[in-house]
Amino acid sequence: MEIFNSLATVSFYGVLVGILAVAILTVTTRNLFHAAIFLAFTLLGVAVVYFFLQAEFLAGVQILIYVGAIMTLVIFAIMLTSKIGDPNVPQSNRQRYPALILILAFAVFLISTILKTSWNTTETLQTTDAIRLGKALMGEFVFPFEVVSLVLLIALIGAIVVARSDQ
Amino acid sequence: MSIPLNHLLIFTSLLFLTGLYGALTRRNAVGILIAIEIMLNAVNINFVAFTSSLKNTSPELGQVFAIFVIVLAATTAAVGLAIVVAIYRNQKTIYTDEIDLLKW
Amino acid sequence: MVTYPVFIPLIPLASFAIIVFFGKWLKEKSAWVAILASAASCVLSLRAAWTVAQGGSFHQSFNWLMINNIPLEFGIAIDPLSAVMLFVVTFIGTLIVIYSVGYMHEDPRYARFFAYLSLFLFSMLGLVLSSTLVQIYLFWELVGLCSYFLIGFWFEKKSAAEAGRKAFITNRIGDIGFFLGIVTFFYATGTVRFADIRPELIHAHAGSAVLTASALLLFCGAVGKSAQFPLHVWLPDAMEGPTPVSALIHAATMVAAGIYLVARLFPLFHAFPDVSQVIAIIGTVTALMAAFFALTQMDIKKVLAYSTISQLGYMTAALGVGGMTAGTFHLMTHAFFKALLFLGAGSVIHGSGVQDMNEMGGLRKTMPITFWTFVMATVAIAGIPPFAGFWSKDEILVRAFESGHRIIFWALVLTALMTSFYMFRLLFLTFFGKTRGHLHPHESPLVMTLPLIILAFGSALIGLPGSPWMHHWFQNFLAAGHPEEIGMNSFVVTISIATSVAGFLTAFALYVLKPELPKRFAKKYWVLYEASKNKLWIDEFYQATVIGWFKAVSKNAFVFDAEVIDRTVNEVGLKTISVSRIKNWIDQYIVDGLVNLTGWTVRKISAVLRLIQTGYIHNYLFVLLLGLLVIVFAVFNI
Repeated sequence: MEIFNSLATVSFYGVLVGILAVAILTVTTRNLFHAAIFLAFTLLGVAVVYFFLQAEFLAGVQILIYVGAIMTLVIFAIMLTSKIGDPNVPQSNRQRYPALILILAFAVFLISTILKTSWNTTETLQTTDAIRLGKALMGEFVFPFEVVSLVLLIALIGAIVVARSDQ
Repeated sequence: MSIPLNHLLIFTSLLFLTGLYGALTRRNAVGILIAIEIMLNAVNINFVAFTSSLKNTSPELGQVFAIFVIVLAATTAAVGLAIVVAIYRNQKTIYTDEIDLLKW
Repeated sequence: MVTYPVFIPLIPLASFAIIVFFGKWLKEKSAWVAILASAASCVLSLRAAWTVAQGGSFHQSFNWLMINNIPLEFGIAIDPLSAVMLFVVTFIGTLIVIYSVGYMHEDPRYARFFAYLSLFLFSMLGLVLSSTLVQIYLFWELVGLCSYFLIGFWFEKKSAAEAGRKAFITNRIGDIGFFLGIVTFFYATGTVRFADIRPELIHAHAGSAVLTASALLLFCGAVGKSAQFPLHVWLPDAMEGPTPVSALIHAATMVAAGIYLVARLFPLFHAFPDVSQVIAIIGTVTALMAAFFALTQMDIKKVLAYSTISQLGYMTAALGVGGMTAGTFHLMTHAFFKALLFLGAGSVIHGSGVQDMNEMGGLRKTMPITFWTFVMATVAIAGIPPFAGFWSKDEILVRAFESGHRIIFWALVLTALMTSFYMFRLLFLTFFGKTRGHLHPHESPLVMTLPLIILAFGSALIGLPGSPWMHHWFQNFLAAGHPEEIGMNSFVVTISIATSVAGFLTAFALYVLKPELPKRFAKKYWVLYEASKNKLWIDEFYQATVIGWFKAVSKNAFVFDAEVIDRTVNEVGLKTISVSRIKNWIDQYIVDGLVNLTGWTVRKISAVLRLIQTGYIHNYLFVLLLGLLVIVFAVFNI
């Protein structure tokens, strides 16, 4: 069992590092289509993280909505706007190094803050299941749930209106 | 198996900052949207991690919140991409450093 | 809470506003507005007067100003005296407004005439209802202004414009006295409220020289407004105005304001016998003198004007000898028959087209209604019982007789004789005999004769409430519980009736039986004739002295102005121009230069600053995060 447990831990850290690597590739690759593919892998990795955190429902949602729906949307957009593969077109603007410095400063701040904070954690991971989640959504959070569904509806209609050609 | 919360938080911070770097450096509007999706995912992991490991919270809270964020991410993607398409149709470009309409 | 008497003056004011703003659109209908307004305030006035007659009173005011911590109020007060005036003003005013519809029709400024009439009614009612001296002064000036407008209503005529000016300026002389009187009165007693002016207050300051002066100065205002000697000269000229105006303003109401003022302040004058003496003498002189002038005038309105002055003198004399109720009674009766006389004269002028009695005569047949109403008025003013004038005149004579002023009494009797004579002379010259001019007279329309008929009944009956037949109800009402001792003196009554009849007989003899006699008398007593005809040369005297001196002073002042002041001003102007040249240079090159430099600098700096404003979204995002970082580090102090 011991060996099984440490194997899981190692694989988890491996997944984390993998996600980071793929994410970095996503934001740096020149080809936008490739970036979209890498994004899909990043999102899949996040779904895996949810599995490790025993949030299976959320993992399913992640795969269904992100990898399924949003990725499709992104790839559609990339195809509609074309000219993406042209290697002569620079894919990043001129504030790469200032941005890098800024990010590093944030990283230093965040990591030091995280390490300095003493977290009041439980011994074991708290888990939940789809039934309780559903009850929460339809009970305690029914109002924000309804609002957010309305927002989604309006946003989708708005997106259609904005993207529609004038003819 | 138990993962210290610290490690998870550092991971999400780095993931978030990666997305932020992308948002800052990408010329392509679609690229910026992709980077924003990464940032949103980092935040989502945070929600789940916090409510799973901290005392005095219920795990449903974080997961419900994560679901809301996913919905809003879908919204962002839909509207944002629609705007990109509209801008592309009008300006014939989606490169943000070729669009300086904010100047006036 | 606002009581309804507040609306008595406000309704004519509203009518004035309506006609002024919508007169162009209303045209002929503006007369209806004025008639309705005056009728409405007449109804309200009658109601208020009725309440007062039942023993009630109105007083409503608000604090207007604070002077030395003494509040100066602004409001309305109705006591028996103002109730009488309200009744007279609104009742006669309404009739005259109706009459004006006929008299003024086809006048190009028809609507404006009614606007002025409404404004006048507002001012006059405001004057009557005033609760303080300051307020009465305000409306006093307003009625003066309306009078000026209406005398000069036909301002294309030079004489009308000048008459308006003369009335205005002459009144101003009296008003200065009035104003100083108010100020000194306030100084002496610390109040200007009529409600405070009681015998007790005056007695507290009895013997005060300031208060004596104040009383005299206040009387000055009355002298000007009521055309008493020596400020009577404006009233005959005021006849240049339309005849309804002469009837309303210069016979029935406004000129009575002076009498009203004296009656209002009666406790004050009563406490100073010397001042009362002055008032009585001025009144008597005015009455006698004006009656004397009226004897020979040939202009129908001039006769009536002098008659008005004379009657006003009568009232003043009555107040001077202590007959407050007698004076007010005569004011009321006089308002009726004199308004009727003026309206009758207006009807004659309207029907015959002339104003000169030399061309009239024989109008009895063609203008029967005018004739009969005129007869009623003449009988009333001549003092033949039981018509209104008899009762009031008789009471004044009784007052004068019983107070021991023998000279004043006999002077007033003489005046009564002359009054009777000139009034019948007017009647005979106008309506009897044969037409001397080439006239085609016709009777006036109903809208003019109806007021005449109503006023004729008024002239006949209005004296009755003050007669012994009704136990001197009017006098008791006015005195409000302090009835003056009223007696019928059979000697005085006999004299009074005798003078009236004598006047009538003389006039009948001279102008009906032997029409050639007057000319012979005029030749024989040419001194008297000329003196009367030329009004004792008072106008000429004023022209030569006061106005002459004034003109000389102003001529010198003009020379001084032109030679000294203007030259100085011009020199200053020239110097200013040269200084301004220098200033101009400084302005252009230094001041403007500085301003331009500022603008130029700002432009250069902003040219640099606008580089920050790239318009690129990623730059903005970057700067946003940078700011966040700074804040984070500042807050967490890392």
